[in-house]
Amino acid sequence: MRPFAYTAARTLGQAVEALADGGPGTKVLAGGTTLYDLMKLRIENPPAVIDISRVSELTRIDTSGAELVIGAGARMADVAEHPVVRRDYPALSESLWRAASQQLRNMATVGGNLLQRTRCSYFRGGSAFPCNKREPGSGCSAIDGIDRHHALFGGSQSCIATYPGDWAVALLAFDAKLDVVGPKTRRTIALADLHVEPGSTPQREHTLAADEIIVRIRVPKTAAGRGSTYLKIRDRESYAFALTSAAVGLTIGRRGVIEQSRIALGGVATRPWRVPAAEQSLIGEQLTEATARRAGEVAFAGAKAGHHNGFRIELGIRTVTEALMIARTRATR
Amino acid sequence: MDNALPAASAPAAVDLAFTVNGSPAKVAVDPRESLLDVLRERLDLTGTKKGCDHGQCGACTVHVDGRRVVSCLTAAVQVDGRAVTTIEGVEGPDGELHPLQQAFIDHDALQCGYCTPGQVMSGLACMAEGHTRDDAEIREYMSGNLCRCGAYAGIVAAIRETARRTGH
Repeated sequence: MRPFAYTAARTLGQAVEALADGGPGTKVLAGGTTLYDLMKLRIENPPAVIDISRVSELTRIDTSGAELVIGAGARMADVAEHPVVRRDYPALSESLWRAASQQLRNMATVGGNLLQRTRCSYFRGGSAFPCNKREPGSGCSAIDGIDRHHALFGGSQSCIATYPGDWAVALLAFDAKLDVVGPKTRRTIALADLHVEPGSTPQREHTLAADEIIVRIRVPKTAAGRGSTYLKIRDRESYAFALTSAAVGLTIGRRGVIEQSRIALGGVATRPWRVPAAEQSLIGEQLTEATARRAGEVAFAGAKAGHHNGFRIELGIRTVTEALMIARTRATR
Repeated sequence: MDNALPAASAPAAVDLAFTVNGSPAKVAVDPRESLLDVLRERLDLTGTKKGCDHGQCGACTVHVDGRRVVSCLTAAVQVDGRAVTTIEGVEGPDGELHPLQQAFIDHDALQCGYCTPGQVMSGLACMAEGHTRDDAEIREYMSGNLCRCGAYAGIVAAIRETARRTGH
């Protein structure tokens, strides 16, 4: 690991100031489960690190208002098990407890989770493998390599690395917003505007400025939250990244008619991937195996398979179908 | 290797004060050092094991302020002022095994034993969290601890029995 200057911030103000003063490449350390791991692998080599794990004002969870307000420094485990999150947003809770292990969920923060980096083996594998994300212009080893876990949506000629997270996928389905602060800025952005597709600059993964910190995540309360689930299909039953996943939410009216639907896909795209056409296909319909399956097919209509990942198209269609059937039982309860 | 990167001098040491198994520990660390390495190499607490060193196997599981974490991905500087419990800290006052450790023996929950300290620390937290309602829940909440000998059936049985006997 490359040596770095270490600063522990006690307040958000100190953290913002230290980050602004830290110089190019300075990174924020929260739970450390991504950054410290990648520093060990010498994929991340920050000259300076600002530790925000003791900034208590970042850890608040407030469920009393018209939106869930979750501090970016709250730990994944605490949000997953929060009784109001479990009751009003099972998809959000499930997206957290179906990720990582309890040890990692006790460490990792819900803000840091949004910015976790891809698990592409070529990216993590270091200099033995060309990787445009790690070393711009060096090429992509995955496009003609082992692309079993790589993206079906949103890839480019430069990069097909999958966005690995679950939480951001569930948040995307429910129109979450982020409050962000920098030395001269204080702004709110839609989660939908946080992550970007790789295009010709796969090293750029999000729209935050280098001196900005995520302060809190806000999720508007909606009835579709209660009628929701996050279904994640993995190579093993637990503690693995998604082959496919779906965050879905439904509201169903008196005569069984779908009034509202939300569908976002995880594990299959270069960023969290919402599928409005699939959502729209359900409005005004009854939810049956057939309409659910059709929504899954619409969701995956634009999927682009590589060499070894085509099986995840049918798997993804079935994931959406099953997720909708689970959500129906909650929406009509 | 480090030499492939631009030359840089060793960073300033950071003074840490925390407790390990109830006793105060003071140590000056390089900010790069993991809690795992500090426990094993500086404090001679070698019960905590290094498996993958990347947060994927759970062999290095310890408790920080009562919560289980992987010590390999915990920068030591982050435990300043906190309370760390390792496998060396779970025995009874006269050195007797913790009931969960005895249950691991009774249920053949280990073969080579390398993952066992991490399994026990994770199992203790699993019980304290209340994630022992049934075998499926135990498996889900123990999934961060791999056992390459495949002693999983015994591990689940040991946790199930100990949770029931101790009222978790």
